[in-house]
Amino acid sequence: MAGLHKSEFANPVINWVDSRLPIFTMMQKEYGVFPTPKNFNYFWNFGALAMVCLMVMILTGIFLAMNYQPNTELAFASVQHIMRDVNYGWLIRYVHQNGASMFFIVTYIHIFRGIYYGSYKAPRELLWMLGVIILLLMMATAFMGYVLPWGQMSYWGATVITNLFSAFPVVGKYIVTLLWGGFSVDQPTLNRFFALHYLLPFVLVGVIFLHIAALHIVGSNNPLGIDVKSPQDTVPFHPFYTIKDSVGICVFLMIWAAFVCFAPNYLGDPNNFIPANPLQTPADIVPEWYFLPYYAILRCVPNKLLGVCMMFASLLVLLALPWLDTSKVRSARFRPIFRKLVFVWVLSFIVLGVCGAHKPEGIWVILSRLAALYYFGHLLVILPILGKIERPLPLPESISNPVVVRSVAIVALIASLFAVQSLQPAHAEGMAEAPLPAQKWSFDGVFGTVDSASAQRGFQVYKEVCSTCHSMKFLHYRDLAGIGLSEEQIKGIAASVEVPLGLNDAGEPKVGPGTPASQFRSPYPNDVAARAAMNGALPPDLSLIVNAREGGADYLYALMVGFGDAPKDMKMQDGMNFNMYFPGHQIAMPQPLHDGQVTFADGSPSNIAQEAKDVATFLYWAANPEQTERKQIGVRVILYLGFMACVTYALKRKVWAAVH
Amino acid sequence: MADTTASTADSHGGHHGHPADPSKRDLLELMAGAGAAIFGAGIAWSVVSSMNPAKDVLALSSVEVDLAPIQEGQGIVVSWQGKPIFVRHRTKEEIKAAQDVKPSELNDPATDASRVKAGHEKWLVLTGICTHLGCIPLGNKPADLRGEWGGYFCPCHGSQYDTSGRIRKGPAPTNLPVPPYAFESDSKIKIG
Repeated sequence: MAGLHKSEFANPVINWVDSRLPIFTMMQKEYGVFPTPKNFNYFWNFGALAMVCLMVMILTGIFLAMNYQPNTELAFASVQHIMRDVNYGWLIRYVHQNGASMFFIVTYIHIFRGIYYGSYKAPRELLWMLGVIILLLMMATAFMGYVLPWGQMSYWGATVITNLFSAFPVVGKYIVTLLWGGFSVDQPTLNRFFALHYLLPFVLVGVIFLHIAALHIVGSNNPLGIDVKSPQDTVPFHPFYTIKDSVGICVFLMIWAAFVCFAPNYLGDPNNFIPANPLQTPADIVPEWYFLPYYAILRCVPNKLLGVCMMFASLLVLLALPWLDTSKVRSARFRPIFRKLVFVWVLSFIVLGVCGAHKPEGIWVILSRLAALYYFGHLLVILPILGKIERPLPLPESISNPVVVRSVAIVALIASLFAVQSLQPAHAEGMAEAPLPAQKWSFDGVFGTVDSASAQRGFQVYKEVCSTCHSMKFLHYRDLAGIGLSEEQIKGIAASVEVPLGLNDAGEPKVGPGTPASQFRSPYPNDVAARAAMNGALPPDLSLIVNAREGGADYLYALMVGFGDAPKDMKMQDGMNFNMYFPGHQIAMPQPLHDGQVTFADGSPSNIAQEAKDVATFLYWAANPEQTERKQIGVRVILYLGFMACVTYALKRKVWAAVH
Repeated sequence: MADTTASTADSHGGHHGHPADPSKRDLLELMAGAGAAIFGAGIAWSVVSSMNPAKDVLALSSVEVDLAPIQEGQGIVVSWQGKPIFVRHRTKEEIKAAQDVKPSELNDPATDASRVKAGHEKWLVLTGICTHLGCIPLGNKPADLRGEWGGYFCPCHGSQYDTSGRIRKGPAPTNLPVPPYAFESDSKIKIG
């Protein structure tokens, strides 16, 4: 039957649209008056938080894609272009980079909530299965996104993960070749990963729409796990849960902003600040923290095919969870044994994560096998049996008893952050040869900024000493304004070097004095020339060296002052020099800094400690030129969000006053 | 779903009745809504400004042009900020024609003197982009079609410019702009 929808909106414009396309009626029904159990705790925030993550990721991703180049020659440099030159590029990228971790934290807690309160049981099986598919899509998207910066971890992560498929007999190697579009991870791989990384989030939007549509058919579960019996058990979604979600969103954004502004690379890997090198694998290949448990399962099985199958099975088994759990009682609150074992299961997942961050040797192999055994045993053996033998506590008659608001969610969130933190030291394993003496730096802490005078002296050290061998390709002379040099000084510095100026009228390479827009002049025209002049050892580019080394500025300082005579029992190779802090202690670079080597105009002592300190400060700035602005923005945003959290919380109490 | 911009009418309509102190609640709603709007505007500002020229684009250096090889009556095109810059060595007749026009007769009045550097009247430097819709006019080379006034002729929609680059006929609203430049010596200019 043709005809207009009977709209109840008073506003004539809304009414006109709604009569023809009832989207307003739909929104009102699904998000306005939608009857929602009134006893949600803060665990029920995490679906909304995940939605916020997805929207922020799509928004920042679109603007990153406007500046990113999916080309093996340009990808790494284009990311540096975003970080250094694009307006607010560093902010957009760090939000996106840390957003992946935030998305997974929130989603894991969302999944835990579903498991703890039995949200996967009838009639919500399909809702749960759609959720598992969302998790799988998220993982594929995150993996491909991690490849795009084309650093060492990107490249080798892509190589290892795509090689998983080679485990399958007969077809395996054809699948891998198909994924790569060649015979190794290369240009075709990067290009298609970029296309898919852009596509999959929109597929996610579609599956999430189905996830929410299914939710709105069967209705939300609740902490008691019992069905809604009467209208007294529910409140309209708006304003009761819109405001409660808003409180959670403010707190969550504060945590996100803290990572972005004060520890943007805390969850990352220093190796990804080194451009991809298909001829050299980093010493430790570690996936991002959210993949570690599956990675541990893969490695604890001593058979390639079986390991891969177990890894995929650890995720796919979740699809069967509604049928593996035979108990009719949903919420763990009324299942005394399940309530304890579910935490053992979470523990096994976290233990797997910790094992995944360590080299698969000794105790870590045993631990990961035990944890994997429990992970599967819990799902495949314990749950089916437990449902038959466990005697549940008596269930309440209805939801309409005092609503208890719990702060468990916040505690859980913080706890999981600490769990993540405990994974981190693993990266350092086998890297630091001697403990690094920690220095005091001007840029330490929340309010620390780079000391301009020190950075300027450091630039002098770089120019007079380091630049004879080391390039800094990602810096331009104009960037030196960031350490307080004036325009005239910068012009003078740039004009004093000869830089390539393209071709002359005869088509031959032309050189001439640099301008502020010129890149820092490289000592060698290319890496091959550098290797040839340096006896085969390529002096690394110093633009990002502080971020690319475990220990950062402390490591650099220690390296500069750590030269000395080799112990008698150590056999040094020809042309190598002993350094206490260099991995393996044998470094091709001879001691670069000496007492009295650089004379500072400001009268600072010309000793090796001062020179090392200044050059490390300069290199810290070079790798993180945005850090002062980043911290300033961070303080403001967090204070603002803290205020907003208070406002929304006060409003939430007002809104809920009648219900409590 | 997240939505902090709660509308007052809806949020009071819950079937659990009104809270004790509606005015305080209104204030909190206003603060929450405004706060969310300001935060959203901040995010929008940073992502949209990321589309503006980046530092490397803004830092693009100036271009030096050697005028010595350009014969009288000839012109060359150089690229500056990705735009074509016409550099034309005008003949005496062209200079005279340009100077003899009364500015009041023009659509976009300007004297020839205001469009060249004093003492260097034979050099005309223009941004070679038609002010109508951005095509590149013909006329820099003597063999080109130059229009009734012997200057420039835009092939897209027929705008005609004189030997000072001023609009004389056609849909273009203004004269061809003169880019910022200076004479480094008698035979060398620096654009930008």
